Amino acid sequence: MNSILAECAAVTRKELVHLWRARSRMVATGTFALATLLLFSFAGGLDEDALRRNAAGYLWLGLLLASTLALGESFRVETEHNAIEMLLLLPVRPAALFYGKAIGNLVVLVIVGLVMVPFTVVLFDAAPKESVLKLGASIFLGAAAIAAPGTMHAALAARARSRDVLLPLLLFPLVVPCVIASVQATQLCIGGDAMGQFGAWLTVVAAFCVVHWSLGGLLFDRVVED
Amino acid sequence: MNGPAILAIDVGRRFVGRWALRGIELTIPEGATVLLHGANGSGKTTLLRVLASALSATTGSVSIFGKPAIEARADVALLSHADGHYDELSGWDNLDLAVRLGSGKGDVDATLARVGLGNRGRDAVRGYSAGMRKRLAFARVLLKAPKVAMFDEPYAALDPAGHDFVDGLFAELKAAGSTVLVSTHQVARVAAFSDMAVRLHEGRVAAPEAVS
Amino acid sequence: MKNWNTVVGAVGIAGAALGIWGGLVYAPGDTKMGDLARILYVHVPVAWVAMILLTVAFVSSILWLTKREWRWDYLQEAAMEVGVVMGILLTVQGSIWAKPTWNTWWAWDPRLTSVAVMVLTFVGILALRAFVDEPVKRATWSATASVIGWINVPFVYLCVKWMRSLHQTQTPWGTMAPEMLQVLLFNTFVVSILCTWMVTVRYGIAAGERAKEMAE
Repeated sequence: MNSILAECAAVTRKELVHLWRARSRMVATGTFALATLLLFSFAGGLDEDALRRNAAGYLWLGLLLASTLALGESFRVETEHNAIEMLLLLPVRPAALFYGKAIGNLVVLVIVGLVMVPFTVVLFDAAPKESVLKLGASIFLGAAAIAAPGTMHAALAARARSRDVLLPLLLFPLVVPCVIASVQATQLCIGGDAMGQFGAWLTVVAAFCVVHWSLGGLLFDRVVED
Repeated sequence: MNGPAILAIDVGRRFVGRWALRGIELTIPEGATVLLHGANGSGKTTLLRVLASALSATTGSVSIFGKPAIEARADVALLSHADGHYDELSGWDNLDLAVRLGSGKGDVDATLARVGLGNRGRDAVRGYSAGMRKRLAFARVLLKAPKVAMFDEPYAALDPAGHDFVDGLFAELKAAGSTVLVSTHQVARVAAFSDMAVRLHEGRVAAPEAVS
Repeated sequence: MKNWNTVVGAVGIAGAALGIWGGLVYAPGDTKMGDLARILYVHVPVAWVAMILLTVAFVSSILWLTKREWRWDYLQEAAMEVGVVMGILLTVQGSIWAKPTWNTWWAWDPRLTSVAVMVLTFVGILALRAFVDEPVKRATWSATASVIGWINVPFVYLCVKWMRSLHQTQTPWGTMAPEMLQVLLFNTFVVSILCTWMVTVRYGIAAGERAKEMAE
């Protein structure tokens, strides 16, 4: 029996190799996210001040919408030929499977999120006033906060009927707190953090991550075992 | 190791609105080769999946060498209709994953060559024919070197050379002491080398009989 | 059992009639807000039962996941459905209250907003139940999602609260006229009775449906 860490590493490795082999899919997801950014500019009436003020919100909404595509795809490949069952019978612990897949999804979301940053800066004239490292941290933690419940609920939705509509229906209300906190944190990076609130918002996202990454590991076996 | 290779007690499995299996009682001794047959929809696939713990039993229990089936997964291999491959990965990657997550042993290149995929191993599975996908699935079973191997329609999608290859594989597993379950419509072909035959009829065992 | 349940329902409906009289006639209007405050006589009881019901759904989800007894799935389905209806009612009442008070239908008050998000969470889980045919999977998956959804509620509340806070602070109980407190407590009791009745009926329906699914 392998250790759970070794199993998790092997699943993560598979996810990353798969991402690379199917990279055109990730390019398409990123393009989708950028297209939403452009559309938000029109929805905002091209009011430059308003766009700059809401830049972080647009970034996170774009990333959240793109995440449903990435998460859905992540479990489509598992259910297409029932590979997920093959993994479970090897056997792989469901928790290791969860963490491996969630890390894979985290990587996709971080890449798409980081690609969106320069476009956000250019489209909304939103050059960050705080350090780029802080901005990166807010994107990373926010992406982690979407990846864990996203992986869990994508696994649920993948084997139900109407999975395409079910995933956002389940996921969006759950990630409301993470969207609120991530938008605040990212916006503070862009607009300047005079009051020093960045850390507090980031802590909220981190706490959200701790809860959902733990729940995922605990409950994933209920979702994937038939 | 205690207990028979497979012991099923009152196994039933329910799907929406119907019982696919009911009251299955089955004892399969270690090292036996078992033919599983019956009409379409008689429950062969469900039975194999329940025995391999891919599906939970609604009633009853399955044990493998005295352990609950779900704890014996490392000793069991199941070749099912859905082959479990990742289309975007190469054949080699698919097997490498199974090795990393399984015993950690096994020569992927040699196994690919054995199933006749030696020169296509680095191609994405997306480009494989149905027969090649099947061969790759056999390769995964071989790498696991299971104590109990279950095959659901192993001959489907294979050419005549493939049929002989599968027969050779069964002989090899048997020689290694593995317990083999084969669900197939090729009754005569498999009966020739089986120790036991189980016929399913509408989710129940119609006749467990010895084949000499 | 059925007769007993009818009695509970009748008591609830009679109590509701009395509660309406109590809220509209018996209790005085608030010193500051006048008759506007009378919405509290339904708002507070509905808020109370909505929270209780969704918590019941959470607890029965855990019990299903650990014990695998069908009654917990029936209870989860019943409590969640009635809880969602109460949550929708609560949101609508809050919106009605917000219009004359803050001159807007939706004031982004943290409590009201987090109730709306919570309702949406559980509506999603009801949709999940509708989209899964296999009874065991449906029970297990919706229980899993309920556990996660319920644990998520405090996060929603805190985040909305920190983002923006408009809602008046909770009214201190001591300053209320005794008639107001009486009506509030009475109505909370009545709405609890009504919901117990609805959950019991819904539980029976769930049990019947499952029996049909399980039938030969």
